[in-house]
Amino acid sequence: MPRNKEIKKVLVIGSGPIVIGQAAEFDYAGTQACRSLREEGVEVVLINSNPATIMTDGDIADKVYIEPLTVPVLKSLIEKEKPDSILPTLGGQAGLNLGMELAESGFLEEKGVKLIGTTAETIRKAEDRLEFKKTMEKIAEPCAPSMIVENLEDGIAFAKQIGYPVVLRPAYTLGGSGGGIAANEGELREILANGLRLSRVGQVLVERSIAGWKEIEYEVMRDGAGNVITVCNMENIDPVGVHTGDSIVVAPSQTLGDKEYQMLRSAALNIIDELKITGGCNVQFALHPESLEYCVIEVNPRVSRSSALASKATGYPIAKVAAKIALGYNLDEIKNAVTGETYASFEPALDYCVVKLPRLPFDKFITAKRTLTTQMKATGEVMSICGCFEGALMKAIRSLEQHVQSLAVNDFSHLTRRELIRRLDVVDDQRIYVIAEAIRKGIERETIHDMTQIDRWFIDKIAVLVEMEQRLRNEELTPELLREAKRMEFPDETIAELSGKEKEEIRRMRSAEGIFASFKMVDTCAAEFKAVTPYFYSVYGGEDESGELPGTGKEKKVLVLGSGPIRIGQGIEFDYCSVHAAWAFEKAGYETVIVNNNPETVSTDFDIADKLYFEPLTEEDVENIVRIEKPDGAVVQFGGQTAIKLTEALMRMGVPILGTSAENVDKAEDRELFDEVLSETGIRRPAGHTVFTEEEAIKAAKDLGYPVLVRPSYVLGGQGMRIAFHDGELREFIGIINRVAQDHPILVDKYMMGKELEVDAVSDGKDILIPGIMEHIERAGIHSGDSISVYPARTISERVKELVTDYTKRLAMALKVKGMINIQYIAMDEEVYCIEVNPRSSRTVPYISKVTGIPIVELAARAIMGESIRGMGYEPGLAKPAEYYAIKMPVFSFEKIYGAETSLGPEMKSTGECLGISRDYNEALYKAFAGAGFRLPKYRQVILTVKDSDKAEIIGIGKRFEALGYRIYATRSTAKVLQENGVNALKVNKIHQESPNVLDLILGHKIDLVVDTPTQGFQKNRDGFLIRRISIETGVYCLTALDTVNALLDTMEHENPDGSLELYDIARVGKE
Amino acid sequence: MKAYLILEDGTRFAGESIGAKKDVISEIVFNTSMTGYPEILTDPSYAGQAVCLTYPLIGNYGICREDLQSSRPWPDALIVRECSRMASNFRSDITLQDYLEQYEIPGIAGIDTRALTKVLREKGTMNGMITTRSGLSYEEIRSDLEAYRTGDVVQKVSCRESYDVKTDQIQSREGEGLKVALLDVGMKKDIALSLAGRGLSVKVYPAWTKAEEILKEDPDGIMISNGPGDPKECGEIIGEIAKLSRAGIPIFAICLGHQLMALAHGGDTHRLKYGHRGGNHPVKDRESGRVYITSQNHGYVVDEASLPESVASAAFTNVNDGTNEGLSYQGKKIFTVQFHPEASPGPQDTSFLFDRFIKAMKG
Repeated sequence: MPRNKEIKKVLVIGSGPIVIGQAAEFDYAGTQACRSLREEGVEVVLINSNPATIMTDGDIADKVYIEPLTVPVLKSLIEKEKPDSILPTLGGQAGLNLGMELAESGFLEEKGVKLIGTTAETIRKAEDRLEFKKTMEKIAEPCAPSMIVENLEDGIAFAKQIGYPVVLRPAYTLGGSGGGIAANEGELREILANGLRLSRVGQVLVERSIAGWKEIEYEVMRDGAGNVITVCNMENIDPVGVHTGDSIVVAPSQTLGDKEYQMLRSAALNIIDELKITGGCNVQFALHPESLEYCVIEVNPRVSRSSALASKATGYPIAKVAAKIALGYNLDEIKNAVTGETYASFEPALDYCVVKLPRLPFDKFITAKRTLTTQMKATGEVMSICGCFEGALMKAIRSLEQHVQSLAVNDFSHLTRRELIRRLDVVDDQRIYVIAEAIRKGIERETIHDMTQIDRWFIDKIAVLVEMEQRLRNEELTPELLREAKRMEFPDETIAELSGKEKEEIRRMRSAEGIFASFKMVDTCAAEFKAVTPYFYSVYGGEDESGELPGTGKEKKVLVLGSGPIRIGQGIEFDYCSVHAAWAFEKAGYETVIVNNNPETVSTDFDIADKLYFEPLTEEDVENIVRIEKPDGAVVQFGGQTAIKLTEALMRMGVPILGTSAENVDKAEDRELFDEVLSETGIRRPAGHTVFTEEEAIKAAKDLGYPVLVRPSYVLGGQGMRIAFHDGELREFIGIINRVAQDHPILVDKYMMGKELEVDAVSDGKDILIPGIMEHIERAGIHSGDSISVYPARTISERVKELVTDYTKRLAMALKVKGMINIQYIAMDEEVYCIEVNPRSSRTVPYISKVTGIPIVELAARAIMGESIRGMGYEPGLAKPAEYYAIKMPVFSFEKIYGAETSLGPEMKSTGECLGISRDYNEALYKAFAGAGFRLPKYRQVILTVKDSDKAEIIGIGKRFEALGYRIYATRSTAKVLQENGVNALKVNKIHQESPNVLDLILGHKIDLVVDTPTQGFQKNRDGFLIRRISIETGVYCLTALDTVNALLDTMEHENPDGSLELYDIARVGKE
Repeated sequence: MKAYLILEDGTRFAGESIGAKKDVISEIVFNTSMTGYPEILTDPSYAGQAVCLTYPLIGNYGICREDLQSSRPWPDALIVRECSRMASNFRSDITLQDYLEQYEIPGIAGIDTRALTKVLREKGTMNGMITTRSGLSYEEIRSDLEAYRTGDVVQKVSCRESYDVKTDQIQSREGEGLKVALLDVGMKKDIALSLAGRGLSVKVYPAWTKAEEILKEDPDGIMISNGPGDPKECGEIIGEIAKLSRAGIPIFAICLGHQLMALAHGGDTHRLKYGHRGGNHPVKDRESGRVYITSQNHGYVVDEASLPESVASAAFTNVNDGTNEGLSYQGKKIFTVQFHPEASPGPQDTSFLFDRFIKAMKG
């Protein structure tokens, strides 16, 4: 059917802040869909509370609302914009749930708005467990025996009937949130209670455990005429039991015969046909490893993380095609953009192997349990493509940027055979390394298979890699052996290490033997048709195709380095910057080449740059590309630390760094050099010393006076940063830092408790432009990424603003910055201290660009290319502040990571952010909290428990809660302070004291909020830790900084009914 | 052991020998299916050809005998990027290497199969030699390469005597009581099983069976199978098919059968540049507009224009290149398709055509 002309104005719902289970993939899908809709002349209204996304750019949609994703807000947006349709299937589970709530409430019908893409009935059939089961029974597609329960008793009874272990899956939750496997009644009680609470509809599915079966996924599409296709199938190396988001996934499936492949394919198509999906859909199966028995695990009637992965793995643009289908097109009416010749109604044929590895946050949450379960924990992922599985796995491992180059590095060699066998039973992120060690130790493959249930084929492939390690160790390195090692993608460094040679020797040998990487095209059709996709991956041994594309005819070529997997501290913001940089260079007439390895992102969409290389971001891999592409320059300042780290290597390869030079980047990051810059420019910073040993650190602290801030140099997101109050703590922290990175210097600074300010500026070498000054609500000491940030700064004086502007200019000039600079200051007693300078793009760039209407990345790119600030039409200095407040709120995923410490400090812990915009400060703050999911008051009961140094401040807070009608519970000493100061606080027992104690109170489900300020130090206060964890896990808000609490109280003291919020079209900013 | 592939145009690939260690000259074709190498190997349509699989990892799940499409592998050789040293599947009976060796099929692994595919795509299907002799030059074998023809391969692959098909895998009983004659011009087993599995009694006849002999048994329907080679090599068979088509009995034909039926009606066929071989080919039902993903394996195609509307009308069209994928004969219960509704390997989306055939027989 041709396009439905009745669809003229579509509301697209985004997925909100990045949390575990809902990440950048929805920016990719949403951006692609918005562009696809606008191509068809449809007016697109977009709502997403996440300002770090590309989809919320003014040029992706016609109208952009960065507003909280709540039903009342959506209702008033629909009233305001009057769209004729809503597309809810692109915003992940969050978007889908909102679309459903609007449809179910009858509001859409009343307003004459249609859900397009997939109908409410279809969504219900796929999402509601009971309906889904009924539907599957109708078409005879098997599901594991299961029952939906709404209370503990039914769950226990059913589990008894089907036998343990049982799997628990709450209905309507993110990334399997609150789910798990229970092996006995005790575990069942725990998980089920949590799941019931987390489910939107209070339902949890109790299911026969099919753990150990093969987990196979199909990404399928269906159009309105009933045409169905499979885009891709994927096999999880980790059998059922590990969330697919945390599994090692390979595409296409490797161990399925055609009979099994087609059996599941037909089942998937049957299912979407019965559900009447129109668009993309993900179907997950469990396949018995020793029979043809299978069952349907789950169906996601929308684009998903897996569909983003499938799109990147095949080159088939699922979201784009889904958007066209939503407009009424049939698959055979949509051109395949890859070949330009064929149509969307075909199935991609791969002639390579794809491996996805999850990026897990255990480096950030060292106290967390590393076990992988049905609850997703990964913050991001990497994908790699190669001609063989071994190569794809090796490339994926190094793409993770976790200082691991191969299976040989992670050290389990101290484990005995018996210990190893026991260790194989542990399902965590290190399992493949354990398997490799088990093979090294000669443990039988069958034993490994029995313990892990991982298919023997994958175990054999790991064995192939281990055998290569051993050959490299034991044999003479002949050209043939080297060629074979390179075919399996062993990096030169690893080959050198194993063969006892220098890396240079390996390089020379490769050069002499002509062993170089060549690049193959991802073309959706296994070379059957001529394709023009500029999408490449490397292989060793084979002809190079990257030169086959018709030339762009452009004179200059720039290499844009991406930012790799999404992790805490380096999120989607940097993808935003990379993409905008590529666009800016393209606009200026450059040929653009992007290198990245993150399948969730916009930057790895093959039509963003002239060429896309899906490769690890390591020196050797980038050099392979440089060898072929010979770029005129590279930009590294937009890809976060990942790209910055490659600066020196690029210079060695003879690639000029465009923008700020490497030498000046060093000046900002090397403490001593930076001190020189500061003294040259006459700018103060908190006093500090660079040390290497514990003794030096103690001496430095004595000199500075406690508290001191300690951190390793060259870090991401404040990793390893701590505030020490005495020698004992300092010793402990230095020990931890040295365990991770020994050769790097450690910084010890005086800790100043002032107001933290942040600017992003563009410098052309002569002038600077500061779009705005941001002010943090939490005082210094909490990582800027975890702080609530207010633009424009509202509590600082003109003098401080002038100082910030002046200092920023001085620093940019001193560091000869060309392009971006990000600086953090502390303002204290009307003085300004510089605490950090990053001569590169930062986390706040997307948000500040949007709210000021100043396209920072584009301006920075143009400055790099030689334009001046004035020449681009901007007045140098601090731009005029906007007429509204824009407040950035961090969003955390603590509930997903069992055992993670939730208290905030200098090390970043948030996974995402949302924005609140309003002319009124309190309304902006309210929107920011609402966007992050805060809905208070509920029961008007709060628990306060603070450390001694916060006791004075808690009195004011207590009074404010009391005035709001709250009943205040407090632990002994906090209660005492409150009572003494006239606040009516009820004393509760501590955890180890008799019931009813603070735990009972939290578990009573009648508490709105827990305020717990942790005692500093690494010997973590067990009580506090438990209180914080239990609050998070039972869905009680828990705040650990008093500044945040005061901000929350600000919003609660003002009436802000959701329905009457003023909604702000951010696309207008800068266009007016 | 090293092995080499030398193409008719002089292109040379070096790899490792797999399977039997012997030289072979054949027509080189590629297949883009990601699964189903056992079915491909035993598809008689590959007789006289050497097949290159574009999916690089082959042999992963070994060979399961019950999936095989005929009694033996038919390609002259197998060309792959990587032949798995391990066969991991609970149904696997034998590894791919052992299977190739058992039937003395040579092969080559470790070559850039994508580069080979591109040569075939750009220059068209061509002949080539697989050899383990390193010294062999292109000039030495050039004339042999050019002289190679697949020839009348149907004779080679068809069954020698007629037989009845038995199966215990019954999916439905809708065909019970009906008798089908199946003309084996290079049949894949699953064509017979698709019919027998629907309750039909199926009798398979050798390719050279006379029409009279088949009609004598008074079948309710006639099925003509897939098969190898240039349809125009099958002069006599075409004559018999022409006779069958005049008998007023419903006929369903697949692939080579589809081409032979067209030739029997005065139509024409021609060779495609590099054929359709894979499991992802979209075909459009001209009547309903529905698009189906199909399994295909053919190097020749029916010229749609060579058959007037009064004789046959196009029923299916390939979405990618617009070539004919199916014909419906006017005034007759004859329906033929170029693709493979029996799948194996490939998508099962068009298996409903067998039901359509039964319906035609019923009424």
